[in-house]
Amino acid sequence: MSADWEVVIGLEIHTQLATQSKIFSGASTAYGAEPNTQACLVDLAYPGVLPVLNKEVIRMAAMFGIAVNATISPRSIFARKNYFYPDLPKGYQISQYELPIVEHGELFIKDAGGNDKRIGITRAHLEEDAGKSIHEGLDRSSGIDLNRAGTPLLEIVSEPDLRSAREAIAYMRKIHTIVRYLGISDGNMQEGSFRCDANVSVRPVGQKELGTRSELKNLNSFRFIEKAINFEIERQIDIIEDGGKVAQETRLYDSDKDETRPMRSKEEANDYRYFPDPDLLPVEISAAFVDAVRKTLPELPDAKQQRFEAEHGLKADDAGILTASRALADYFESAASASDAQAQTVANWVIGDLSGALNKDGLDIEASRISAADLAGLVNRINDNTISGKIAKEVFEAMWAGGGTADAVIESRGLKQITDEAAIEAVVDKVIAANPQQVADYKGGKDKLIGFFVGQVMKETQGKANPGQVNKMLKGKLSS
Amino acid sequence: MALHEQTLTELKAGLDRGDFTAVDITQALLDRIAAHGKDLNAFITVMGETALANAGQADKARAADQGGVLNGLPIVHKDIFCLRDVLTTCGSRMLKDFVSPYDATVVERLAGAGAVVLGKTNMDEFAMGSSNETSFFGPVKNPWGLEYSPGGSSGGSAASVAARLSPAATGTDTGGSIRQPAALTNTVGFKPTYGRVSRYGMVAFASSLDQAGVITRSAEDAALLLGVMAGFDERDSTSIDHPVPDYVAGLGESLDGLRVGVVRQHFDAGLDEATGKAVRDALAVLEARGATLTEVDLPNLDYCVPTYYVVAPAECSSNMSRFDGVRFGHRAEDPKDLLDLYCRSRGEGFGAEVKRRIMTGTYVLSAGYYDAYYLQAQKVRQLISEDFKKAFEKVDVIAGPTTPTPAFKLGAKTDDPITMYLNDIYTIGANLAGLPAMSTPCGMVNDFPVGLHLVGPHWAEASLLRTAHQYQTQTDWHTRCPEAYR
Amino acid sequence: MSLDKDQVQHIAMLARLRLADDEFAETQDKLSRIVDFVDQLSAAPTDAVVPMAHPLNQAQRLRPDQVTEANERERMQKNAPAVADGLYLVPKVLE
Repeated sequence: MSADWEVVIGLEIHTQLATQSKIFSGASTAYGAEPNTQACLVDLAYPGVLPVLNKEVIRMAAMFGIAVNATISPRSIFARKNYFYPDLPKGYQISQYELPIVEHGELFIKDAGGNDKRIGITRAHLEEDAGKSIHEGLDRSSGIDLNRAGTPLLEIVSEPDLRSAREAIAYMRKIHTIVRYLGISDGNMQEGSFRCDANVSVRPVGQKELGTRSELKNLNSFRFIEKAINFEIERQIDIIEDGGKVAQETRLYDSDKDETRPMRSKEEANDYRYFPDPDLLPVEISAAFVDAVRKTLPELPDAKQQRFEAEHGLKADDAGILTASRALADYFESAASASDAQAQTVANWVIGDLSGALNKDGLDIEASRISAADLAGLVNRINDNTISGKIAKEVFEAMWAGGGTADAVIESRGLKQITDEAAIEAVVDKVIAANPQQVADYKGGKDKLIGFFVGQVMKETQGKANPGQVNKMLKGKLSS
Repeated sequence: MALHEQTLTELKAGLDRGDFTAVDITQALLDRIAAHGKDLNAFITVMGETALANAGQADKARAADQGGVLNGLPIVHKDIFCLRDVLTTCGSRMLKDFVSPYDATVVERLAGAGAVVLGKTNMDEFAMGSSNETSFFGPVKNPWGLEYSPGGSSGGSAASVAARLSPAATGTDTGGSIRQPAALTNTVGFKPTYGRVSRYGMVAFASSLDQAGVITRSAEDAALLLGVMAGFDERDSTSIDHPVPDYVAGLGESLDGLRVGVVRQHFDAGLDEATGKAVRDALAVLEARGATLTEVDLPNLDYCVPTYYVVAPAECSSNMSRFDGVRFGHRAEDPKDLLDLYCRSRGEGFGAEVKRRIMTGTYVLSAGYYDAYYLQAQKVRQLISEDFKKAFEKVDVIAGPTTPTPAFKLGAKTDDPITMYLNDIYTIGANLAGLPAMSTPCGMVNDFPVGLHLVGPHWAEASLLRTAHQYQTQTDWHTRCPEAYR
Repeated sequence: MSLDKDQVQHIAMLARLRLADDEFAETQDKLSRIVDFVDQLSAAPTDAVVPMAHPLNQAQRLRPDQVTEANERERMQKNAPAVADGLYLVPKVLE
C-alpha cells in the first residue's frame, strides 16, 4: 500500500457471555445440542411470552466495562431492533440503542514502533443472539435451529482509531484475552462465541473526512480478519485510483478465494425502527454494585505482564506470551512458586517444551498432561543437579506420556546424574586410555576434540555423567 | 332464582350451603350457551366436556373440605388468554388452528382457585377494535339488541355475562376494551393498575397499555376475582410486587368524605345528552352517600386519543412481527421465496384493522418520523399522566361517562376509523397513565344501557370497587337483564 | 392524501404485509386519515418533557442465572407448519 493512503478501521466485536441460561429466558446456552432442544416458549416467541433479564449478564458487562476503564451507565435501556429474518423469531432483536450499559472505554495496544497506542471503545451493549440457519442438505429449503436464539451477547464497538490490519488484530487479540481473563466469555471463535465485523475505509493522507466505508461481516478467525482487511484496503484503493467510488455496503470474506464480496441479503438498507422495549424496564445499576464488581476483578493481562517482568524478572516477550491466557499465566506462576529455580528457567520450559507438547497434541493448558507442580519438580531436579538438562528432555517426554512425576521417571529409568568424582574419574581415565591418538591430537592443539572425549564419556555412562564435571576433569587430565 | 340469574357471590353462597353442585351450575350454563351462544356469536370455543369434568372435581374437593376460594364457580376467558391444549385464536385467522402449549398466569391462578372454564369468548381481532366487528369469526351481537354492537374488543366476554351465559368473564383492556363493552351491555368492567395483574400468556397488543381484567355483574364479583388474579408474577418483567389487599372485605366501607372529581371537558358537545344525564344522576347518588363533587381539569385530555393511536400501533406493529408462518400460525401455501412466505402469510392471516394498525405503527417508528410521532407521543403521555397526578391531589376518584353514546348499530362506524377511535375518548387516559379504572351500569337510554366510569390513582382498586359497590346498594341498574335472556 | 402510493408500498414492505389490489386504495385512504389525525400531537406543549419509560416508573427486576427450561421440542413443534429433523423449514435463503 502506497504511503499516500491512510486506512481507518473500526471493529464491532460480538462476544457470547458465558452464562448458564439465556439472557431473557431460562433455557440452556450449552453448545452443540440437537436442533431446537434448547429453545423454550420465550425463545420461540410464542404468543403471550415475555422476557425476564438474567442477573449474570449485568455483572459480566460491568466487569468488562471496569476492565476497559469505561463508564457503567447507572441507567440503561433495552430497545427493539425490528427486522424480519427466519433466525429472529420475534421479528425483532432485543438490543440496546440510545442508553447502552457501558460507554467511553479504552485499551492499549503496541503500534508498529512498539509504543503504546490508545484505542477508544465507544460503547459495549447487551443484546440477544439470533438462531442459526442451515442451508445445505435440505431440498429447496433452509432449516432454522433456534437453540442459539436468546444467548447473551456483548457487542463491543471501537472508535475508528485503528490504522492497519496489524493494529486491528492486536486490538482484537487484546479484547479476546480480556474477556477470557474476566471469565465472561470462552472466546471460542470456531464455535461462534467470539465474532468480529470490521468497518474499513481509506482516505488520502491528510484528509480530515472519512472515506466511504464497507462493513466486513462474520470474520471468524484472526487469520481471515487480517487477510480480509488487507484485501479490502487494496480493493478500495484500486477503485479510487481508477476514478471510481467505493460503495457503502456489507461484504463477506471468501476464504477459499481470498476476497471479499457483497452480501446479497443486505441489499436493501434496513430501517430498524428502534424503540425502547416496553416489556422490559430500565436497568438501574448502583455505584455500590459497580464497586462490589470492581473488587472481584482479577489481575488484568497488562498488569500481570508488568508484574511478571518486575517480580519474576522475565523478559518482556516471555512475559507477554505467558500472560496471553490467564490459565497459562496461572500455570506458570504455580510452577514457578513450587520451584527453587529461577522463574526464567521455569518460563523457558513452559514456553518451550510444554507449549510444544500441548500444540502437538492439540491441547489447551487446562488439559496439560503434566501439572504445574510436576513441571516444577522436573526443573528442580535440573537445578539440584540430579539430572542434566539433556536428560531432563527425556524425562519430560516420559512424564508427558503418563510416566508420573520427575522423580518417578528418574528412579524407574535410573537416570540419576553421576556426580561422584571417583566414578567419573574412572570413566575418564578409561576413555583417555582407549584413545591415545586423539589425546595426542588434542595435546597437539586440536581443542575441539574435547567434544569427542565428552561424547565418549557420555556414551560410557549412558549420558548420565554430569557434563560440567566431565568437562572439567577431562580438561584437567588432558592438559597435564 | 335460577342458576343463570345468580351472581358469582350468590352462586358461591349457594354452593357453600349445598343448595346445588358445581356440576349443576356448569350444566345449566352450558345449556344456555347451546341455546343462545350462536345468536350472539359470543363464543369461539365451548369447553363442555372439560368444564363438566372440572366441575365434578370441584364438587369432590368441596366434599373433602378442600378447594380454593372460587371452587366450582364458572368463568369464561377472552380468547386472547392462552389455555394449555385449547384453541387460542385471538379472533384471528392467523391463529385459527393454534392450540396453546401453555396456560396464561391469569388462567393458572383462576383454575388454581377452583374456577371452571366454560369456554373462550369472541373478540376483536388481536384486541384491536371497539365494536367486536373485526373478528375473523364474525361480529358479536349485543344481547340488548342483536343488530347492535356490544362494544369491543372484549365483546364476547361482555355479551356472555350480559346474557347470563356466564356470571363472569376475563377480558383485556388496552384503551377501554373491558370498560366500553361493559358499559354498552350493562355489566361491570374492571381494569386494574398497570402491573397489578400478570401479562404472561396474554397475547400482547400494546405492551405498555394492556392489562387483564374482568367483566361481571357486580362490583362484589369483580372484587372476588381480582383478589385471585392480582399479584406479582416473576415471568412478567412489568408485573409489580405490590401487596394484594382483601378487595371483598373493603367493600362495605362508607363513602363519607370520598372526594369525587368531575372533568368539565367530559360533558361537552361530544357526549350524548341522555347519556350525560344518566351519569349526572349517578353522581348525585354518590353525593347522597357522602361523597363530595369537585371539578377537576385534565388540560391535555384532547391529546389522549391521538397519543394512544401512535403508541398502541407502534408497540403492536412490533408485537405482531412474530406471526410469520414459520413456527406456528397461518402459513401461505407454496411460498415461492422467503419474502413471499412472510408477505402472504401475514397478508392472509391478518384482517384489515390489524394490518392498518401494524402499518400505522411501522410508519410512526420509521426513520424520519420517530421523533415527530412516537417520541412526541411518549412525551404527551407523560403530560397526561401528570395531569392525572395533579387531579388526584384534590380528589380520590374521577367520575364521568364511560362512552359518549349508548350502543351503536353493527356496521355504523366502520367507514371512518377516527369515528370508531373516538369511542374510547373517556377510557383511554387511564391506560396511558397506567391507572385502575372501571365501568358500572348507571342508566338506560332508549332501552340501551350506559355506564358510569371511575378512575383512581395507582393501586386504588379497593377504593374504586367500594365506590361502585356502594352505588350498587342504592341503585338497581346493574341487576337489569335484557328480556330475551332472563 | 398525506401518504402517497410509494410510501404506503414502502410501509407494507417494511411490515411484510401483502396488500391485495382492492385493499390498497382503502388502506392508503384510511392510513392517511389516521396520520392526519395524530398530526395534532405536534401542537402539544412538550418542551423539556421527558418521554414516559414506564407508567409506574419502576426498574427492571433481575432473575438468577439458572437453567429452568427442559427440552420440550416435540410439544413446541406441534403447531409448526413445516418441520424436518427438528428444524423449522422456510424457503431457501441465499446469503
